[in-house]
Parts: sequence; C-alpha cells; structure tokens
Amino acid sequence: MNERAEAGRQAARVHGATGDWEIVIGIEVHAQVSSKAKLFSGASADFGGEPNDHVSLVDAAMPGMLPVINEYCVEQAVRTGLGLNAQINLHSVFDRKNYFYPDLPQGYQISQYQQPVVGEGAVELDMPDGSTVEIGIERLHLEQDAGKSLHDQHPTASFVDLNRSGVALMEIVSKPDMRSADEAKAYVSKLRAILRYLGTCDGNMEQGSMRADINVSVRHPGEPLGTRCEIKNVNSIRFMGQAIDYEAHRQVDLLEDGGQVVQETRLFDPRRGETRAMRTKEEAHDYRYFPDPDLLPLELDQAWVDQIAGSLPELPDSKKARFVEQYGLSAYDAGVLADDKAAADYFETVASGADPKIAANWVTGELYAALNKKGLEIEASPVAPEALRDLLGLMADQTISGRIAKDVFEIMLETGEAPLSIVEARGLKQVTDTGAIEQIVEEIIAANPDQVAEVKEKPKAIGWFVGQVMKASQGKANPQAVNDVLRNKLGLDQT
Amino acid sequence: MTNLTKLTLSDARDGLRGKDFSAVELAQAHIDAIGQAGQLNAFVTETPDIALEMAARSDERIARGEAGPLEGVPLGIKDLFCTKDTLTTASSHILDGFVPAYESTVTANLWRDGAVMLGKTNCDEFAMGSSNETSYYGPVINPWRRASDGAQLVPGGSSGGSASAVAARLCLAATATDTGGSIRQPGALTGLVGLKPTYGRCSRWGIVAFASSLDQAGPLTRSVRDAAIMLTSMAGHDAKDTTSVDLPVPDYEAALTGDIRGMRIGIPKEYRIDGMPAEIDALWQQGISWLQDAGAEVRDITLPHTQYALPAYYIVAPAEASSNLARYDGVRYGLRVPGDDITDMYENTRAAGFGAEVKRRILIGTYVLSAGYYDAYYIKAQKVRTLIKRDFEQAFEDVDLILTPTTPNAAFAPGEITDPVTMYLNDIFTVTVNMAGLPGISVPAGLSSDGLPLGLQLIGKAFDEETLFRGAGVLEEAAGFDAEPDVWWA
Repeated sequence: MNERAEAGRQAARVHGATGDWEIVIGIEVHAQVSSKAKLFSGASADFGGEPNDHVSLVDAAMPGMLPVINEYCVEQAVRTGLGLNAQINLHSVFDRKNYFYPDLPQGYQISQYQQPVVGEGAVELDMPDGSTVEIGIERLHLEQDAGKSLHDQHPTASFVDLNRSGVALMEIVSKPDMRSADEAKAYVSKLRAILRYLGTCDGNMEQGSMRADINVSVRHPGEPLGTRCEIKNVNSIRFMGQAIDYEAHRQVDLLEDGGQVVQETRLFDPRRGETRAMRTKEEAHDYRYFPDPDLLPLELDQAWVDQIAGSLPELPDSKKARFVEQYGLSAYDAGVLADDKAAADYFETVASGADPKIAANWVTGELYAALNKKGLEIEASPVAPEALRDLLGLMADQTISGRIAKDVFEIMLETGEAPLSIVEARGLKQVTDTGAIEQIVEEIIAANPDQVAEVKEKPKAIGWFVGQVMKASQGKANPQAVNDVLRNKLGLDQT
Repeated sequence: MTNLTKLTLSDARDGLRGKDFSAVELAQAHIDAIGQAGQLNAFVTETPDIALEMAARSDERIARGEAGPLEGVPLGIKDLFCTKDTLTTASSHILDGFVPAYESTVTANLWRDGAVMLGKTNCDEFAMGSSNETSYYGPVINPWRRASDGAQLVPGGSSGGSASAVAARLCLAATATDTGGSIRQPGALTGLVGLKPTYGRCSRWGIVAFASSLDQAGPLTRSVRDAAIMLTSMAGHDAKDTTSVDLPVPDYEAALTGDIRGMRIGIPKEYRIDGMPAEIDALWQQGISWLQDAGAEVRDITLPHTQYALPAYYIVAPAEASSNLARYDGVRYGLRVPGDDITDMYENTRAAGFGAEVKRRILIGTYVLSAGYYDAYYIKAQKVRTLIKRDFEQAFEDVDLILTPTTPNAAFAPGEITDPVTMYLNDIFTVTVNMAGLPGISVPAGLSSDGLPLGLQLIGKAFDEETLFRGAGVLEEAAGFDAEPDVWWA
C-alpha cells in the first residue's frame, strides 16, 4: 500500500458526526464457468432455450441419479485459480449444502465447503489516482447453480425452469480488503477482465453469468470490524457503487443514532437505489453441510496443473507492464487498456502503425468517448482499429492536421469510410504549399494593421494570426508552415 | 415335466440351453406361482406380460444360439431398482405413480444377459428396516413358519419381498440391496444365499438411494452358484457412478472349486455377544468345524471396534438418508399433497408420503448434521468407520475370510419387535461389513430349534468375491441345507 493509495482511502471515508467511518468491503463473485455442459451432468449449459429444455435426469434429481464431475469445469476453475495467483489444492472435496426450494431439485446444492479447489490468491487494482491496491482472494470453489422459479406464468401457481439447474459456478471470495465503492468496482472490473482473458467466464453481469454479493460494514479507523450486511442482486458495476454508498451511509446513520447494525442479507433495489432487508441471521438456514457421498474427493495431478499453468494467456497485469515497457505508456493508460482485452488488442493494432502514445490517447480519448455516446462495446466499434491506425498515419505524415483528423474521425464513425478516401473526396489534405499560405498571410496582414502593430509589441499575439489563417484555409493549412510564414512576414524571430 | 419353480437358477439355465423346456414355460410356471402367493405380499408390482414378452424373445435367442448368460431366467426385482416404464416405488407412498424413464444399470445388465422380469418386489420403505414391516404396501410374510406355534413370520428386511419370493419359489433369484444387512439378514431368515458385494462392485446408478456410501446391490438366490452367476451379470464399472470401480469382472462361477485347503479363516471374538442364543453359537462352532474339515486353517482374530459399528452406522446412514430423501418434495414427481404455500405443500407431502421409520431416520440424520452437533456425531461416526475399516485391514493380513453368524436370531413374528433399537440390533453382525465396504455372504447353515433357517456369514477382502464364493460353496456343501418351507399359501 503506497502513500497515494492511503490518501485515496482516507478521502473515501464517510464523514459522520462522530468522526470518520471507514467502509470495509468483501465481495463474493459467482462466475458461471464457460463450459458447454453442466457441472455434474451432460446437459447443455447454454443460456436461453425453452424452459426445461436443458435438463437431464440428474438435473431433475430423479431417483437413483448420480452426479459425475465435468473435468472441463475443474480445469476452468484451476485455470482461474492460477490467473488469480492462488494456491491450487490438489485435494478438494464436494459437499452437500442442504435446503428446500422448488428450484433446487435435489434438496441440496453440491458445493465445496471446507476444502475448496482453490485457496488464497491476490488481485492488484490500478486506481485512477495512479495508486495500486492489492485485494486478497480467500478462496475459489466450484458449485452448482439452481434453477429458476417463475411466478408470473399462472395466477395461483409458480412454475420452475431447471435449465440452469446444475450449471457450473465458480464462487470467488475476496478478503475484506476493500475500503471504498471505487475499490469494489475496480475489483470486480479487474476480476472480470482476468476471467475474460482466461476464457473461464464471459463476465456478462446483465445476463447473470457473473453476479456479486457484497459484504459491507463500517468502523472508525483502527477499530475492529463492524457487523456486516450482505447485499445481493447487484447486477452491474454501476449499481455496485450506488449500493455500497447507500449501505455505508445507512449503517453510519444507524450507528450514529445509537442503533446497531443487524447482520442480515439485504436486497439492492436498482430503481430506488437503496437496499432493504431480505432475511436476518436468525432466519438463516442451517445448511447441514457434509461431504457428498456420491462423489469421491477431487484429486488433481500437479503435472496436470502445471500444464494448465503453461497454457495461460498474457494476463492484464503482465500486459500492462509490457505496455509501459514496450510502448512507453503511463501506468494508468496501460492499466486502463490492459484491463479490457478487446481494448488492448484494439490498441495494439493501432499502435502497430502509429506513435503508441498518440494511439493510446486516441483509443482512450476520442474512441472511448464516441463509443460511450453510442453505447457500444469496443468489439462493435464502427471504426476498425486498422482504420484508426491509417488515420493516425495520415496525421503523422502531415497529410492532415490534428484538427482535420478529428473531423475525419467523426465521418468515419458515421459512414465507416476509409480515412484516406474521406480526405481525398472532401479535399481535406493539408496545405503545405508556402505560396498559397503566403497569399493568405499577406491578405490578413493587409486587412489588420492594428493587430500587426500589437504583435510587434507582444509576439505571443501571433496566435490570433495563426487562427485567422487556419480559418481562411478551412483548417487545411499546415500549422508549422503557417507559423513560419507569419513570423517571416511580420518580421518576428523564428522559433 | 419337472416342477420348473423347484429348479435352481443354474439348473434352469442349463435346462433352457438344453431345450428341456422353454423360457415362456419357465416364466409361466413362476407367474402361476406368484398368482397363488398373494398372502406373502412379496410383490408390489407384478409384470406377467413383460415377463412373457421377454421370455418369448429369450426363446428366439436360444433358438438362434445367441443365448446370454442368464437367458430366459425369471427374476424378481427389488422395487428400489428403477425400471423403465414400470412403476418404481421403493415401497413408499411418496413415490406414488412414479414410472421411471430409465433403467438402472444393474437391471440393464441383467436384461442384456437375457434375464426376464417377473415383477417388482416389496421391501421396507426406502430400504429402511429389518423386517419388511415399514413398506407402504404392507408387510411381507416369510414362507417359513415356526414349528411350535405355526405363527406367520417376517422375512427380514429390507429386501424381504425378494427373499420371500425366492424362498417361496416365485422366482429363480432376485435382486436386492444391502445398506446394513438388507440382503444377508433376510437371506438368513428365509434359508437363502444372500450376497452383498464389495462397495463399488455394482453400479448404484438408477437404484433409489438410501445411504450412498453404504448401499450396494446384490442377489438373493437358492445356491452359492446362483449367486455367483447373478453377480457376474450384475457387476461392472459404470461411468455414471463414480464410486463404481473399474476392475474386470471375473467369471465368479469358475471360482467355485470346492477346494479351500490351506485357506485361513478368522473367527472374531467380538462377535460372541452377550445374550446370543446358544443355538446361534452352536451353529457358528459347527461352521468352524466344517471349514476345518475341508482343510482350512482357523484362527482367532480381533476386530476391536466392533461394538461401535452399530451406533456409528445409525449416524452415518440416517445422515446420508436425510439428504438423499430431500428430493421427494412433491414438486416434480410422486405424491403431492397441496398446501397454502410452498412450505405447507412440502410439509403436507412429506408428512403423508413418508412412514414412521423413514421419518425417524430423516429426523436423526437432520439432527446429527446440524450445526453444533455435526462434529460430535457425524465426524465422530466417520472416525469410528475408519477404525472399523482398519480393524478389518489388519485382520486380513492374517486371514483370507472371516466367519460369523449372520443374525443373532431366527425370523420373528410381525409386531414382535416394536422397539426400534431392538430392531436395529438385528443388523449387529452385518453393518460392520457395510461400514468397511467389504463383501459378505450369508449361507443357510441349519435350522433353529423351532424349525427356522439360520445363516452363517463369510466376510471377504475388498473385491475378492472369488475367495468369498469359494469359501461359501464349501460351507454350503458341508451344511447340506435342503429344507424347504411347506407351501401353505397356495
């Protein structure tokens, strides 16, 4: 933890009547394993389909059916553990978590309780202020998803859709290491980036293939941990910030009014932007965990784990380091690009034919702003990375100026035309012919004697003349050439 | 024609191959016998049409010279095995109307080898019981009656219907399951051979689960040879059951050499329990002599943790059962008793659907897994289980087989034992074998003073059913048990 991070954390505290309150956050992420089949049956794990289309005899818990572990899901969990720099447990155990619910056909969820497949690890966060924060991973375990109860299909009855029953989830539990909503958001974003890089989860929060349960408590700095509440149903990173801020202030208000925080599960309501009580600890189930006698303990071979480790792709942290090293980007820009694999790939294509820093500025600046406005992901960008690279090339060889480049970029966004054809078709090539520039300069000097007098006193006023020339040339004049000609004609020193 | 129902499975097999009679004739003879034996209540579901259809196909295969190892052999199937398109109830009200869309691996293996299904046999509800009195479909009656008072008796449990059916000549053999003695104890009480194979020898896929870490399928037969033939077909690795073991299935019948010279037989002193009837002890001594006479070497051994086996079993088995039976919730199949809300529906359904013994075990199991009790009960019971396993491992360093009585008593009358713990004591010699995952076989060895069958149990090393069969064959030969119950029910 560096000083800057510490300062950021202090700034994130809630300022109450009784002093500052530190927010303590731990997050449990449920990430659906990218796998064609479910965790213990051969049924399809795809989203969609008619209700109960993807249900095997095992998923429906017919009498005498037995679970058989899907080796690919185990491999995905191990791959994720390695990506989180975590301990891989060669011996782990599947347990039954017992409770009754109509969408849980077996009457128990097969999960891992005391001996998970992945142990402690860590994730490093790059904060916008340039600081880095390390968040500890407590564990990662494999478990089955439940089905879905449908309450809106019939006036008096509920229906059950078991398509998701038995789908493999990774539950990734952080340590209570986060101290602000920003850190929590950065953590989930980073985790999602890692999962996407690894290809072990598509990270789609809207579809529910990645869900976060957030544990929030508050305390005065230096005091022991306060009583926590668990917030469920937070299905976007934006809502996460709202939920945490709301919950932290709720707890501070409660404590400062002399009340106590009750340990409970709370539901986030995105429409009202608030959390409300779902069930208290007293109402919590006794899950009666015990090792599932239908499944032998999971025994992994170190050589197999090593083989997976050898096949890991470059992950966000190493990519970021490489971007700093190879392209001379700032740590923050490198981090922003590296956290999104698609953005990183886009950037590298642009940087293959352009100045990397300019490329980074354009991707994180113009491009991001434009995509944001259109509500598009970078994968769906109307401007292909090759086209942006060509545009920057036209700027680099002075075919167009920076200002024109922005105009051309706007046209590219709308029409998808290639930059060179836009420039040629619209006659936007930069004028470097000094004869043409001299003519414009002379006209402007002749028409503005007062400014000419002024600029002799204050050479900095030359900017006004540059602007006039650029305007008269519709922006096509080469700014350096304009400067040179102006200085010459006005009798100023060449810079 | 000979009375076809009197044949052993191996005799019938040979007769079918020799075309002495047809599979349809054999099936019909048993269908007729079942039709006369309603008083025994051995079957929950009779499937004469299926039997005749399967038998006709067996006759075709026999004619083509394509007979399988069990071609045309009519069997009873314990109603714990899921049978495709045939009602499967586990003798519980809660599985009302449940017709599986799948066939259990063990029964599929039997049909693959040509066997014929006569019907689904009655059993204790979810295989929980030692007298077959807990069945929703009523108690099964033992074909054997007491000489002294002629009282009707229980056949033992939980595979009471299978035992009664085989003993009454209603089928040539039957499938059964054994979680704490449910094959061997009824075998002993009805004068049959009952085999519980090593845990993992037969697939559990498609068998309604009671206690997953203890359940194992096996046969009830009228001879050791028949048991060997049945197991050869039933056993085998199944990718759908990860606790089944990938070992080749030997020809168990070939293991019956009759030669046990030099075989070392262990006699565990802990099985000489207080209050054991003299005739049980005498039979045990007789068994020891028979094996010695056949050239085996008898050794005293110790299995020091035996006394803890039954209490530990009654923690582990109910714990697993409480979870295994959670799926019977009225939501997807079987009985549903409506309620005001989902919890109400669960409670109504399970209150009406489960009998008293099943409820008792669900309650015990739920209790021992509860927060605060888990370590004291479940974890401790698992430790006991490890110690019991170790006892056997150490014993088997010095011996090849272990000889014990199968039960502490002969068959008793329905309603005679009402205290659950007294009932549980019927499994005292058999549960250790399940706890250790070992194979055990009960062989009929003599009659009680009241004219009722008594059994001796041999216990073998894991996956060494061949030695077990060899020893059992010699015991069977020496005992020469040929008593049969009077056919009072027909």
